[in-house]
Amino acid sequence: MARVIVDVVLKPEILDPQGQAIARALPRLGFSGVSDVRQGKRFEVELEGPADDAAIAEVRKMAETLLANTVIEDFVVRVEG
Amino acid sequence: MRVGVVTFPGTLDDQDAARALRLAGAEAVPLWHADHDLKGVDAVFLPGGFSYGDYLRCGAISRFAPLMTELVPAAHAGLPVLGTCNGFQILCEAHLLPGALVRNAGLHYVCRDQRIRVDNATTAWTSDFAEGQEITLPVKHGEGRYVADAETLALLESENRVVFRYSGSNPNGSLNDIAGITNEAGNVVGLMPHPEHAVEELTGAPGVDGRGFFSSIVSKLVNA
Repeated sequence: MARVIVDVVLKPEILDPQGQAIARALPRLGFSGVSDVRQGKRFEVELEGPADDAAIAEVRKMAETLLANTVIEDFVVRVEG
Repeated sequence: MRVGVVTFPGTLDDQDAARALRLAGAEAVPLWHADHDLKGVDAVFLPGGFSYGDYLRCGAISRFAPLMTELVPAAHAGLPVLGTCNGFQILCEAHLLPGALVRNAGLHYVCRDQRIRVDNATTAWTSDFAEGQEITLPVKHGEGRYVADAETLALLESENRVVFRYSGSNPNGSLNDIAGITNEAGNVVGLMPHPEHAVEELTGAPGVDGRGFFSSIVSKLVNA
């Protein structure tokens, strides 16, 4: 059993109006010093077996195929532990 | 001529789509997302709605529906396909059209009558319009901002594949005011506005400008 995390976030050149709205809300709530916020998604993928190279490669394939739309989003795969 | 209308779980506009096709003289053939069967139709309409609840991304799950595994190769082989709103999002997720549709720049869901300019009147679905003609169609979406990388945008512009542009004001911050595009062959067209909601005066739509889409495909199929 292993948990693999896939973080998906809009590519830097794609406008993120949700992130902008959050960034604009922060000063109103008294939080200062934030220059930008980008909003993304986090997937927690539970594997039946160990997170070996083959399993990680398979998760990367999942990310490319379904979890992220690589036209607009970047993703990062990492093993939690 | 028989035009398929696809229903996914969460599709909303399939009945309007079928009605618009019937008014234009076509037979509307219901197609079910879970079937590996295009029922031998001459063209396909992917209507709007919230297929699979827009889970993950709009159109991301629908792309893998059994029907889509039949539709994608058929579209590559020249089958005329029109996608409106969620249908456009599905066509982009399925890579039948380039780019993607993301959250409106203003974050608001926009529901209004929208002026649109027809910039390409040579596609399977726009031949009854004149290039430069302005029409009014309803828009209703929260994620309709068309984006693509600079190279793709330049290619679309140079190949005259931007079929529709928002005129007057841009409801969603779409790049280059793009409201709809086509593929290289001109048989696959996707747009955010809703022609199927603008075919009858009675239903309170801004007019009947949507009829041109359906008369275009009917004349194409009749002359084929």
